[in-house]
Parts: sequence; C-alpha cells; structure tokens
Amino acid sequence: MALQNFLFWTIAALTGLCAIAVVVTQNIVRAAAWLLFTLAGTAGIYFLIGADFVGGTQLIIYVGGILVLVVFGVMLTAQGPFVTMKTHAAEWGVAMVVGVLLLTVLVTTILRTAWSPPAEARMNDAANSVSSVRLGEGFLGFDRVAPAAALTGIGESEQVVHATGTRDAGQRPQFHERNRVAYLLPFEIISVHLLVVLIGAAYLARAKRRQGAAS
Amino acid sequence: MSLDVGLNSYLLLGALLFVCGALCMATKRNAIGVLIGVELVLNGANINFVAFARYNPAFEIEGQVFALFVIVMAAAEAAIALAIVLNFYNNHMTVDVDNAEELKG
Repeated sequence: MALQNFLFWTIAALTGLCAIAVVVTQNIVRAAAWLLFTLAGTAGIYFLIGADFVGGTQLIIYVGGILVLVVFGVMLTAQGPFVTMKTHAAEWGVAMVVGVLLLTVLVTTILRTAWSPPAEARMNDAANSVSSVRLGEGFLGFDRVAPAAALTGIGESEQVVHATGTRDAGQRPQFHERNRVAYLLPFEIISVHLLVVLIGAAYLARAKRRQGAAS
Repeated sequence: MSLDVGLNSYLLLGALLFVCGALCMATKRNAIGVLIGVELVLNGANINFVAFARYNPAFEIEGQVFALFVIVMAAAEAAIALAIVLNFYNNHMTVDVDNAEELKG
C-alpha cells in the first residue's frame, strides 16, 4: 500500500508539474514536449489504477498518434515568430485569476462531496480491478461483468456489488440474452468513425495545399 | 487530507489537468497551443472516468469504455483541428488565432 501511495503521488506530481509547464512555457515546441510527459504520466496513472487496456490505448493513440500529429503541425507551421508567441501580461493576469478561481471551485467541490459507497475493498485490491480480459467480456456483454440494465448504474449499485462480489474463478461467464449492455457495436462504430475522420483530415489538408500551389 | 490514495486523489489530479488545459486554451495565441490545451482537458476528464470505473462498482465497465471513446474522439479531433490549422496557415501565413477575425461581426 505504501508503494502504491508513493508511486501515485510521484507520478501525479510529475504529471501536474508537466501540465503546468505546458501552460507556462511560451515556446510551442517545448509545450509539445511537456505535453508528451503529461500524457505518459497519465498513462502511468491508468496502469496504477488497474486500467491496463486504457493505459495501453493512451500510450498508443495519444503518445504515438496525437503527439506525432501535433509535432508535425508545429514543424509545418514553425516560422520564426510563431515558435515563441508571447501572451500579453494583462491576459496572463486575467487567466491566472480565472484559473485559480476555477481550481478552487473544483477542489472544494471534490473535497466536500460525499461520493457514493466508499468500497474500501475495491480500492486496495488489485485483483478487483477491471483487467483487459474483463473489459473484453464487457464489450461482448457477458453477464458477469455487464449485468442487465446496468447502463447508468443508478439504483442498481447494490445488485452490481452483489454480482461482482460473488464472482468465483471456476464459474463460466453467462451470456445474458435479453437486455444486455454490450459495447462492441459502439466500439466498432467509433473505430470506423476514426477511419473516416482520418481520411477526411488527410483530404482536407492535402486538397487545399494543391489549390494554394496552383494559384 | 490523508496521504492514502483514494477517489479524491484522482479527481484532484483530473481537476488540475482540466484547469491547466482551460488556461492553455485561453492564453495560447498559437493555434496548435490551443489544440494542446484541448488535449489536456480531455485527459483530465479521462482520469475522472477511469477513477470512477475503479471506485464505483456500478461503472466498472462503463468508465473504461467511455475513456476509450474519449481517447478515440480526441484522436479524430486532433486530426481535423490540425487540418484546419494547416489550411489557415496556408491561407494567412500565420497560426495566430487573434488573426482569425474575418467572421467578426
């Protein structure tokens, strides 16, 4: 437990500092570099919390994909004055005041809200985390991880706690026939959506340049 | 506040990332800097999703699935936004968002 605390606070402090550095730095290339460390730290947080598939996806898509896009954008538009574009001091002042106020509101809200059931056993037990296997079962709508009509979870938490509490190793997952919540179809739709968007972005960025070169 | 890691710790980290992203969107004049701010905001929201997936049994699948959706959506958004920024740069030879004022009333 002490190791988990130490790891969390170390990674969280590094991530937060890198995020602040993204805001503070005026050099866009450095901002992209700090963003890299922030995204990697977030992936570390995901691994620490037991969401290994989300962490892997974060590393692959964010660090491997989006950051490369951002860096290419910086390289294609980086000309002298744009690399370090200064923000006016007055804007900094207003932004800092607004930011501190917003952070205060958020932190007070988080600390004062009584979050629903503090399941201590779930917090400290790595075996209870949702591994990629159980996430895949949730995609397919297996009864063990996706009980019927648990889409919102409101009013169903007791039942869900019971269902997850009586999970034993030898039991085969039951495929719930009616009213199951499976996320495979939305996942496929969003993957096709990503493909369409990438093709569209490539077309959008290409066609204009050809037009610009012709005129 | 104790040193034990709980739901609040993750929510606080998410709030910090959110505020940093919002400030980044507000203060950067470079269009790509604004895009970086959007990524920070989405990361802060994602940390909240995953933390609730861990600490609230009712959301244990949904939180991670929605986090995945947010990541994929962020990738699509980054691609489109960069295409727009490149077009703007080709037309105006600048990436300063303060110069994008043709639609100003």
